Amino acid sequence: MTGALLEVSGVSVSFDGFRAINNLSFNIGPAELRAVIGPNGAGKTTFMDIVTGKTRPDEGRVLWGEKSISLLRMDEAAIARAGIGRKFQRPTVFEDQTVRDNLLMALKKDRGPLAVLFQRRNAADEARVEELAGQIGLVSELSRKSGELSHGQKQWLEIGMLLAQDPRLLLVDEPAAGMTPEEREHTTSLLVEAARTRAVVVVEHDMEFVRRLNCKVTVLHEGAVLAEGSLDHVTANQEVIEVYLGR
Amino acid sequence: MSFLRRNPSVPVFLGLLLVFTLTVTLMSEAYGGGLSTSFVKTLGKTLCLALVAVAMDLVWGYTGILSLGHFAFFGLGGYMIGMWLMYARTEAIVVSSMANAEIPATPQEITDAVGAQIFGVVGSSDFPAIWLFADSLAMQLVLVVAVPGLLALVFGWLAFRSRVTGVYLSILTQAMTLALSLYLFQNNSGLRGNNGLSGLQNLPGADAIPQSVMSVWFLWTSALALGLGYLLAAFVVSGKFGSVLRGIRDNEARVRFLGYPVERYKLFIFTLTAVMAGIAGALYYPQAGIINPAEIAPIASIYLAVWVAIGGRGRLYGAVIGAGFVSLVSTWFTGGRAPDIDLGFYTIKWVDWWTVLLGLSFVCVTIFAPKGIGGLVDLALSRRAPDRHGADLGPDLGSLREKEAEE
Amino acid sequence: MLRFLLAAVLFCASLAAPLRAQETLSPMQALMQAHAAEITKGSRKGIEPAITAIAGSGLPAAETVLEAWQAKEIYRRKDDGLFFRGEEPEKGLFRLHDLESGAAVGDYPKDAVDQLKPNSGIRAMIAAALVPFQLQSPDRVKRENALQAIQRDAEASHLAALRASIDSETDAGLKALKIRLERLLTIRFDPDEAARIDAIGYFSGDLSVDVRASLNPLLATRRLATTEGPAPEWNLAGEVEVGAGDFSPAQAYALLVGQGLARPRISPAEFRAALIAHIADGKVGGVPVAELDSEAARERAYAALADQGLVPATATAAELAQALDSHRFFDVYAEPAPAVTDAARATLHSIETKLALNQFADLSLDALSLASIYFLAAIGLAITFGVMGVINMAHGEFIMMGAYTGYVVQTLIPNYTVSILVALPLAFAVTFAAGVAMERLVIRWLYNRPLETLLATFGISIALQQIAKNIFGTQARPLTSPGWLDGALVLNDVVAISYIRIAIFVLALFFLGLFLFLMKRTRFGLDIRAVTQNPAMAASMGINPDRVNMLTFGLGSGIAGIAGVAIGLYAKVTSELGSDYIVQSFMTVVVGGVGNIWGALFGATMIGFLQKGIEVFNPSNTLAAQTYMIIFIIIFIQFRPRGIIALKGRAAGD
Repeated sequence: MTGALLEVSGVSVSFDGFRAINNLSFNIGPAELRAVIGPNGAGKTTFMDIVTGKTRPDEGRVLWGEKSISLLRMDEAAIARAGIGRKFQRPTVFEDQTVRDNLLMALKKDRGPLAVLFQRRNAADEARVEELAGQIGLVSELSRKSGELSHGQKQWLEIGMLLAQDPRLLLVDEPAAGMTPEEREHTTSLLVEAARTRAVVVVEHDMEFVRRLNCKVTVLHEGAVLAEGSLDHVTANQEVIEVYLGR
Repeated sequence: MSFLRRNPSVPVFLGLLLVFTLTVTLMSEAYGGGLSTSFVKTLGKTLCLALVAVAMDLVWGYTGILSLGHFAFFGLGGYMIGMWLMYARTEAIVVSSMANAEIPATPQEITDAVGAQIFGVVGSSDFPAIWLFADSLAMQLVLVVAVPGLLALVFGWLAFRSRVTGVYLSILTQAMTLALSLYLFQNNSGLRGNNGLSGLQNLPGADAIPQSVMSVWFLWTSALALGLGYLLAAFVVSGKFGSVLRGIRDNEARVRFLGYPVERYKLFIFTLTAVMAGIAGALYYPQAGIINPAEIAPIASIYLAVWVAIGGRGRLYGAVIGAGFVSLVSTWFTGGRAPDIDLGFYTIKWVDWWTVLLGLSFVCVTIFAPKGIGGLVDLALSRRAPDRHGADLGPDLGSLREKEAEE
Repeated sequence: MLRFLLAAVLFCASLAAPLRAQETLSPMQALMQAHAAEITKGSRKGIEPAITAIAGSGLPAAETVLEAWQAKEIYRRKDDGLFFRGEEPEKGLFRLHDLESGAAVGDYPKDAVDQLKPNSGIRAMIAAALVPFQLQSPDRVKRENALQAIQRDAEASHLAALRASIDSETDAGLKALKIRLERLLTIRFDPDEAARIDAIGYFSGDLSVDVRASLNPLLATRRLATTEGPAPEWNLAGEVEVGAGDFSPAQAYALLVGQGLARPRISPAEFRAALIAHIADGKVGGVPVAELDSEAARERAYAALADQGLVPATATAAELAQALDSHRFFDVYAEPAPAVTDAARATLHSIETKLALNQFADLSLDALSLASIYFLAAIGLAITFGVMGVINMAHGEFIMMGAYTGYVVQTLIPNYTVSILVALPLAFAVTFAAGVAMERLVIRWLYNRPLETLLATFGISIALQQIAKNIFGTQARPLTSPGWLDGALVLNDVVAISYIRIAIFVLALFFLGLFLFLMKRTRFGLDIRAVTQNPAMAASMGINPDRVNMLTFGLGSGIAGIAGVAIGLYAKVTSELGSDYIVQSFMTVVVGGVGNIWGALFGATMIGFLQKGIEVFNPSNTLAAQTYMIIFIIIFIQFRPRGIIALKGRAAGD
């Protein structure tokens, strides 16, 4: 498919005989918001692992960008530098470091060790960090250790770090888990805002949250795509209902 | 110097180091003081140990790689400088003894005689290939940096690229150290087997300078190396680089997903610290006078970790405090100066029981005071500035929480 | 008879000795009188004809005389110089018997007779001469002794005697031995080429050392130099290049000098001494002394001296090079017949092939026993690492504790069998308790901080090691195995394995079985597996992870104690015993993969075989073998970072 930012086709992977992903194909365009739903064990996290290079598939292709570069030969760091950002299910920020340091580390700059060794703080970076902190509502927390933040704040910090990387594709794993309704609201708007300029894939359990995202939905089941379309379309699908409600 | 302003511990440390060195100099035998030459040497050696401890802290305390191989790099540095010291000194002796011969010696005869002198103990007289540059101080000084650096580079590249981490990596580095020391224990290793290199305290061409003066020179050189090493280490960990290192320690995978080539960072810090350790070793062994493969054995590297842990890892001055404290206390106990304790039925001789005490106190530090002695500094500072924003989690607690989150 | 006549003539010629001429001497007496001078003198060189003459005389008394002589029972009567067999029925009194009839001649005091006291060299010669007699002896023991004598020191004369004795041999075992010896002697002594080749072929594939000892001399070579090609009569083994292998130019030149093909070159020391001896007015041969600091100047000076005739001429370096260039060097067999050397080569080749196979088998047995030791040492480590994620650096000291327990038990119970049977469970109990105590006091506080556990257990390790040193001292303590474990199971000349290693192997198998049973068939094993896979879930299912951890740690430590007893049986017990094995144990766990007994098994097997395999290439140097092994493991980790048996997917926990 032309114009796709990420093209996953025919990917399979198995762990000790268990097929976690089974001939999965998936495409997403350059500025698109997509929700991926599916029951436990459907392969949502493994799918993300494959795209971000954590897991190598047994077969299939994963192509990226206009030049259709294969991601399978790249390691995690190279994939991240190519423009794919990932937010984990549990908030993983560097708890021992301040919110500012966390954001500074994520800023899109040269990542090589020698370059980083001589990178010192400058006004432009500071301004960008302030701006990001404003977006995620953590301006007053910039100097605090991120380990002291509340759960929701950590989630936002992680989203902020993702945005700081300025990726072209954002993979977000259950961003709203454990959040209060107001925090969810905020998270929704952050994601919708982000999807104006880049592709965002949200993995989520919570149908209500998905509905609020108001986007195309892909349903995974047993490592393959079961249905795709608007939320109303897929929830009307008989197979999807069976999968969710049990046989 | 915004760097120094943001790292107030650096000028304080450098100042204290200068005061210490000056005081010791003025109290030394060479300047009419009461400190014996051997004690000045002990202090000089302790400074070198502090330098390798700083290196260890960089690689373990900041980056989270528990390397059990840095004392091997330390020893390699010592071996490299030792080769020149031993060669040049033996050559001087041989030349002066041959000067009385009836006919002047050919270069070949001199080399043969030097070879017979050095390698007689291992039943050989030929120079192995690795002694190619032994006659050149400049080349051996390059090797002091290059050999540990290259070994660390190759080993680190192999280990990090296969994503060996945690205790696996520790065991692998320990294996490397063991392999190296076993290799050096062989008589045909080219470095005199278990005899090691000796007579290193005599600088060639400096016979006129008494050891008391020499010890002060080495004290200053060691202090200079420690000061520069500390400055370099502080520079490395202060900025974003330090952020990345601590990130790698606390959550390596996350740093990787941020796009940082974690392996290259680890390799960089592993090699850099290996070079620092090599330099420290090159300054230590001329003061110790002898180096042999037992110095490289894995246990030495583990002791290095013990010093850093007791001093407090994740802070550079902690490493210095740990190395200084443990090695001086250990000198005190094992030197037979500590009074024996008579329990009536058994007399505790500290020469025998010191290691037991060290081992157990080390266990206690790990369990009860993971921040080590350096943690006391935190207590003092927070007492003076009680309005610190939130409590310091400390590196280990932070990583603990992270691990729990993973499981 | 001719010989007898000759002897008689000789005897007549040497009548100088004080004899009673009117008595006719028995043939044996006459023979001995003929050699009386040599016999009494007793020098090894001169006596040989005498012995040969007696042995070859064909006289019925020859055997008894030789035997008596060998046993120092031949006496010479002083007044007439006759020889008799004698005995000493009471102190200082000698009763003489006639050599042939054995009839008593009379009793004599000590000063009337001389006892012949052959030294050991002569006795050996007598023994060799006796062999043909003994081979035919009706006494089986004598025949066997004779064969052993031939095996020790064979002579050409034995061959015929041996052949003659084979048909009449009644004992099957001795007959086989005789046939075999006949073949060996044929190779060495038979003048007939075809017979020798036939005998050589007989031993194809025979592993015995004596066969190789007989064949190798056939292939002995000499190195010869020539300006032309090899001479046609040479049985050529091959041409040698100067500088190839261990044939240095200096050796080549020495060879040329030895064959008179080149001028000798004096040694560097003599060269220097000659120069020093001829220093005159600060010059040597016109070259100022101060300039003699290069080889070229010294050569010049020496040449000048030689021209003046002050020193012998010596070959120059250029001459040396030229001489080496113009000669070719060949290895030539001492054995002239090519057919014989070819046959010997072929047979040796077949032997070597078989030998290599057998050595491989022997080595595999060695490796297997080494692997079982590593397995015993590592299994506890693998359990604790796998189940609890804890690296126990003090594991080696638990091994040491087990070994010392064995030692202490042996000092209390003198019977080795009983003491070992007591020591095994006791060692388990002691280290089990130590392990549980350590888990409760230290490790419990450090879960989820693996690096700190490593360091804390290391602290315990150095403390335990020092305590052991303080209690037991630094010298090694013995742990003696019971008598029935001494010795080795010998399969043939090459393959052998000591019983103690077999016992350790059995012990390892036992623990493998026990462990598998424990893990797969018991409730405790189920709990362990549950806690390994998901501690939180296991806890919520009602398993107490604390208790499981504690018992697991105790179990792992207990097995270390057993391993300690096993290791102590064949290595000395010292306080460093544990640290000698700990790195190998770690390697075993790392190579095998954690949390899996099969991983520990494969890891131990691999490390054991690897170490033995490397030792083959560098047999004298176990240090180097260990070095290379560790390097190999570091490279191995490149390909299997998580060991041979790796957990995959989410269970891997990354």
